[in-house]
Amino acid sequence: MIRVVLPPHLRIMARVDGEIVLEVEGAVTLRSVLDALEAAYPVLRGTIRDQATQRRRPFLRFFACQQDLSHQPPDDPLPDAVTTGTEPLVILAAIAGG
Amino acid sequence: MGTATDRLCGQDDGERGLGLRAPRSHDRPKAVNESDTCGGVLAGEQKGKRMSRVRVLVGTRKGAFILTADGKRDNWTIDGPFFGGWEIYHIKGSPADPNRIYASQTSGWFGQVIQRSDDGGKTWEPVGNHVEYDGVPGTHQWYDGTQHPWEFARVWHLEPSLADPDTVYAGVEDAALFRSTDGGLTWHELSGLRRDSSGHLWQPGAGGMCLHTILLDPDNPGRIFAAISAAGAFRSDDGGKTWLPINRGLHSEYIPDPEAEVGHCVHRIALHPSRPQVLFMQKHWDVMRSDDAGESWHEISGNLPSDFGFPIAVHAHEPETVYVVPIKSDHEHFPPEGKLRVYRSRTGGHEWEALTNGLPQRDCYVNVLREAMAVDALDPCGIYFGTTGGQVYVSADSGDTWQPIVRDLPAVLSVEVQTLP
Repeated sequence: MIRVVLPPHLRIMARVDGEIVLEVEGAVTLRSVLDALEAAYPVLRGTIRDQATQRRRPFLRFFACQQDLSHQPPDDPLPDAVTTGTEPLVILAAIAGG
Repeated sequence: MGTATDRLCGQDDGERGLGLRAPRSHDRPKAVNESDTCGGVLAGEQKGKRMSRVRVLVGTRKGAFILTADGKRDNWTIDGPFFGGWEIYHIKGSPADPNRIYASQTSGWFGQVIQRSDDGGKTWEPVGNHVEYDGVPGTHQWYDGTQHPWEFARVWHLEPSLADPDTVYAGVEDAALFRSTDGGLTWHELSGLRRDSSGHLWQPGAGGMCLHTILLDPDNPGRIFAAISAAGAFRSDDGGKTWLPINRGLHSEYIPDPEAEVGHCVHRIALHPSRPQVLFMQKHWDVMRSDDAGESWHEISGNLPSDFGFPIAVHAHEPETVYVVPIKSDHEHFPPEGKLRVYRSRTGGHEWEALTNGLPQRDCYVNVLREAMAVDALDPCGIYFGTTGGQVYVSADSGDTWQPIVRDLPAVLSVEVQTLP
């Protein structure tokens, strides 16, 4: 069980309250979690990572276990606490005004 | 041609319109070829037929709003915000099915979303947002003159087909034209525009390199006009497969060759559906006209206090009646003298009158963006515009008098009107 926290705008888009819970097959990485997230909520495709390049949108960050995972390779394993569901993967919109 | 500064210094740009009762549309004889329809309105509407409602679709920096009123246009209901917190660059209804509305929802954080309503804006569903250039997109000029890769940023304009609610065109930044034929689920680039029209010479304006205007010729289903900042105007006669630049006669001092084939910062073009070969253009500087579908242009700025501006619109029932909103300059994006004035020409250009009744005539420093003016199909014709200060104004008498529909929205990016039975 993987827990994911979305920024408020994307919660509205996905029509969810609070955390999302996902089942991820195989290795738990940023890529596999985002794949599972987009499969469960197709409306989120393109809002977190570019659909063509798969690159993270520059004003979004990935945090978990008090670490910034935004710049780690997408196929690196996520922390154990995320894979066990103890801690959520937080997708955060950068504080950039607006 | 001269500069607008010259004109500002040498012109009486005062209240030429004040105290005058300009002739109303029903006072005027109808030209033989005047049409009863205008872009974005229901097919088959008849001049003089009392329509019961208008629906004004407003895109802002922080969401969409839908303003509705009956044919008198004096008592408004405001719905929204829809998509609160997102930039709504454009929202427009299908002329073939007024319940079908498309909206471009965009964000620097979360990218592009296309929304679709099938019930007149009551409910919305996201449709496809995979907007990918055809092939290797190549490069265009950057601000410093170097070549820069084409990168998708957002959808500026959505133009539903005149006949098919499921067909809709999207003008995007970096500039390109896309089409969906399945109600917005999938998008495909009409890439001949970039290939045929010297795309490597296009460059961004201050707002980015955007394709912001799409005009569909009601007489010729294969003919499409598009305009790009800063590249110019373009025309396809085969449904978007191949394209020609149509910029002969434009003169722009901010490019190395002021009369180059491409590179002009066209802000908006407009046509009247009864005469789609006649085009009106608000360029970065200069208001222009073409009588031959863009083959050649001539200036019609005439006595405007400034010929810089963004929107341009044509009266629904008078093809020679044109509206612009003069802005002081390209470095001072507000009305000259702090007076918000719409200018109307009833002669197809050259001679313009200030329309001020009901608009702020002191201390007004808002802008009116290129997508933020529209006309309805009622008689008298209603004119609408929104400002960066969040006001949306309506004139229910072709511009003679104005009133705010709403004063305190977020900055207005776009205004469209649907005339409903």
